Amino acid sequence: MNNVMSNKKIIAIYVLPALVLILALIYVPIVLTGYYGLMKWDGIGKMDFIGLTNYTTLIKDPKFWGSAYHSFLLALFSAISLIGYLLISIILAGKIKGADFFRKIYLIPMLLASVAIAQLWLKIYHPTNGILNNLLTSLGVENTPEWLADPKIALFAIFIPIIWQYAGFYILIYYAALKNIPETLIEAAKIDGASAWQIAVKIKLPLIMNVIKVTIVLAVVGSLKYFDLIYVMTGGGPNGSSEVMASYMYHQAFRGFDFGYGSAIGFFLLIICLVVTWVITKLTASDEDANY
Amino acid sequence: MNKKAHTLLLALMLAVFSILTGCSSSEETNGDTKKTIKFMHLWPAGSAKQQNKILTDIIKQYETDHKDIKVEVEVLDNEQYKNKIKVLSSSNELPDVGFTWAAGYLEPFVKGELFAPLDDVLDGGLKESFVAGTTEAYAIEGKTYGLPLELNIAPIYYNKSIFAKYNLEVPETYEEFETIVKTLAAKGVAPIALGNKDRWTGSLWYMYLADRIGGSEVLTKAIDRTGSFEDPALKTAAEKIQNLVDEKGFIKGFNGLSNDEGKSEFMNEKAAMYLMGSWELPNFTTNEEIAQEFKDNIGYFKFPVVEGGKGDINSWVGGPGVGMFVSENSKVKDDAKDFVKFFVEKWGEQSVTDAGVIPATKVDTAKVDLPKFYIDVLTDLNNASNLTLFADVQMSASVAETHLNLIQSLFGKEVTPDDYVKQHEEALSKE
Repeated sequence: MNNVMSNKKIIAIYVLPALVLILALIYVPIVLTGYYGLMKWDGIGKMDFIGLTNYTTLIKDPKFWGSAYHSFLLALFSAISLIGYLLISIILAGKIKGADFFRKIYLIPMLLASVAIAQLWLKIYHPTNGILNNLLTSLGVENTPEWLADPKIALFAIFIPIIWQYAGFYILIYYAALKNIPETLIEAAKIDGASAWQIAVKIKLPLIMNVIKVTIVLAVVGSLKYFDLIYVMTGGGPNGSSEVMASYMYHQAFRGFDFGYGSAIGFFLLIICLVVTWVITKLTASDEDANY
Repeated sequence: MNKKAHTLLLALMLAVFSILTGCSSSEETNGDTKKTIKFMHLWPAGSAKQQNKILTDIIKQYETDHKDIKVEVEVLDNEQYKNKIKVLSSSNELPDVGFTWAAGYLEPFVKGELFAPLDDVLDGGLKESFVAGTTEAYAIEGKTYGLPLELNIAPIYYNKSIFAKYNLEVPETYEEFETIVKTLAAKGVAPIALGNKDRWTGSLWYMYLADRIGGSEVLTKAIDRTGSFEDPALKTAAEKIQNLVDEKGFIKGFNGLSNDEGKSEFMNEKAAMYLMGSWELPNFTTNEEIAQEFKDNIGYFKFPVVEGGKGDINSWVGGPGVGMFVSENSKVKDDAKDFVKFFVEKWGEQSVTDAGVIPATKVDTAKVDLPKFYIDVLTDLNNASNLTLFADVQMSASVAETHLNLIQSLFGKEVTPDDYVKQHEEALSKE
C-alpha cells in the first residue's frame, strides 16, 4: 500500500478523473460566467463585447443591493438560528427520554423536497384558508396579516420555512459531534463537581468548535446563494420585497432576457461568497485544533 | 439476516430494472426507424383539462396516420413553461414543436434564428382559414413564425347567485361597477378574484382602465413610442386601480397568490367576479369535472365604460393567444411542420365542439351545437371594435419585466400613480 501511495504516476492517475470533472463542470463554467458578464447578450442572439459595463451597472443598481441586503439578512438569521440548533442538540445528546424520537422529528423536514416544503407553507400562509390565519382569527385577531403579499413581512415569512427546513441538518451535525466527545471527559468533570451548564460551555463547546465553524460557513454561504423557496413561494415579490441575489440573477437572465447582466450578477455573487467565507474562517480561527 | 436479504433483493431489483430499461431504449433506436417529434406545451391535464384532452387526442390521430412518427410530449404550466423555454433556447435545445406568444415576446427568438418561418405551411389554403389579423401578430418582417391556436378576449366573469343575493345587476358604467364592489365588500364578500403573484393578471385590469379612459390606442402608442406613457389617461387609470384596492375590491392577499390560487376563490364561489381570458370558457361550459350547478351560475359582462372616457364598451383586451412554433434547428423540421399543420387544422375543428375553446381559425357556428355562453362570447368577439394585445406581450422582455413589477407595486400601493407612469416612460424610452 505504501508503495502505491509514493508512486507519483499512480497518484496522478487516481486523481485525474475527478480533477478533470471538477475543472470541466465547475471551474470552466465559473470562468465562462465571468466572461459572459462582459457581454451584452440576450441569451439567444449575437454577443456584443461591452467590457465592464455590466459590472459597473451592477455596482450602481439599487435593486441588486436591495436583494443583497435580503440575502445578508437571511445569512444573519441562519447564523443566529445555529445557536438554537446547538442548544437542542446539547439537550438531545444528553441522556433524556425520547431523544431518539425527537432527533427523527427534527430531521423529517430535511427529507422533503424544497418545492414540497414551499407548497406546504403556501397553504399555511394562505391569506384566507391558511392554518395560520385561521388560528389567528379564532384567537380574535381581526386584521390577519397577508403573509406573502405584504412587502414588510413577506421576506421574514419565507425565512421561517427556510430555517425550519435546515434545522434537522444542523442538529444532526451537532448531535454527531457531541456524541463523539469521550464519555470519560464528561464523567471526570462530573466528579470534579461541574454543573451541566459548565460542562456544556467549558467542555462540550470548545471540543466541537471546529464543527461549529464549518456549520457557520455552511449556513452563511448557503443563505447567500439561496434560491428555491423564494422562487416558488413569492418569485421575489411583491415588487422585489423578497428578492435575493440568486433570484435577482435569475430574473435578469431568464425573465428580462439579459444574460450578460445575469452572468455579471452570478459572478459577483461568487466573489461575495468567497470573501465572506474567508472572513468567517479568519474571524473564527483558533490557534490549534482541539484534541481529545 | 433479514436485513441482508432485503438489501440483496433491492440490489437484484435494481439490476433487473436497469437491464429492462436498457433493453427498451435500445429497441426503440434499433428496432424500427421511428422518428421522434419533441413537443412541449402548457396545457396540463389539471388546469386546462379540455385543451389537454384534445391535444392528446390529436397527437394520437397523427401517430395513427403516420406510423413512422412518435410525438414525445412534455407539459408544464404557464409560468414554468415561460421559464423553461428561455433556458432551452439559451442552450439551443428547443423542442421540435412548442408554444410561443406573439409580438414582442417572439422577437428575440426570431432574431436569434431559433424559430423556423412557417409561411410554406400557411400557403395552400391554410392561411385563409385563420381569422384576419391573427397570424399577422406572429409575423416579423413579413415572415410568420407561429401559428396561433386561440383567439381570446377577456371578459369579467361573475357569479349570478352572489349577484342575486345582494340584488346586484350587471354594471354598464364604471360607477355602477364600483357600487357593486363597495356593496359586496361591505357585506364581507370578496368582490374580485385576483392572483397577482403572476402579475400579468393585474395588468389586465390596468389595460382595461387605460382603454376605457384614454381610448383603444393610448396604451399601444405609449408602448410603440408614438405616444407617451405619461399621458394623463394612463395616470388616471393607475389612480383608479389604487381606488379599487382601497375599496377592498380584490381578494385578501392577492399579491401573494398565483393566478390558479386566485381563480380557485372564484371557482369556490367565494369571490363574485373574475377577469380572465376566454381560454377559461371550458371551465364554465364543457369541463365535466366542474359541477353543472356552478357552471349555470356563471355569466360574464364587458368591462364597463368609464364616464367621460374615450373608450368604447366593445373594445377588448385580448388577441391571439399561444401559437405553435417549429424549431429552426430541428432535425425533423419537415415532419414537425407537417405535424403543426395537421394540429392546427384538427384543433380548429375539435377545440370548438369538444372543448368550447375559441380557436384562431374561423368557426362556423351554424354547424355545431354549442353552449349559449360560448356563442355569446364568440359573437362579442366578432363584433369587437378593437382588440388590444396583452401589454407584457407587446413589450420587449426587459420592459415587460419592469411593467409587471410596477403592476404589482401599483396594486400593493407601493408606488404612486405619478411614479408608476414615470418609471414606465423611463424604461420604454431607454430601449
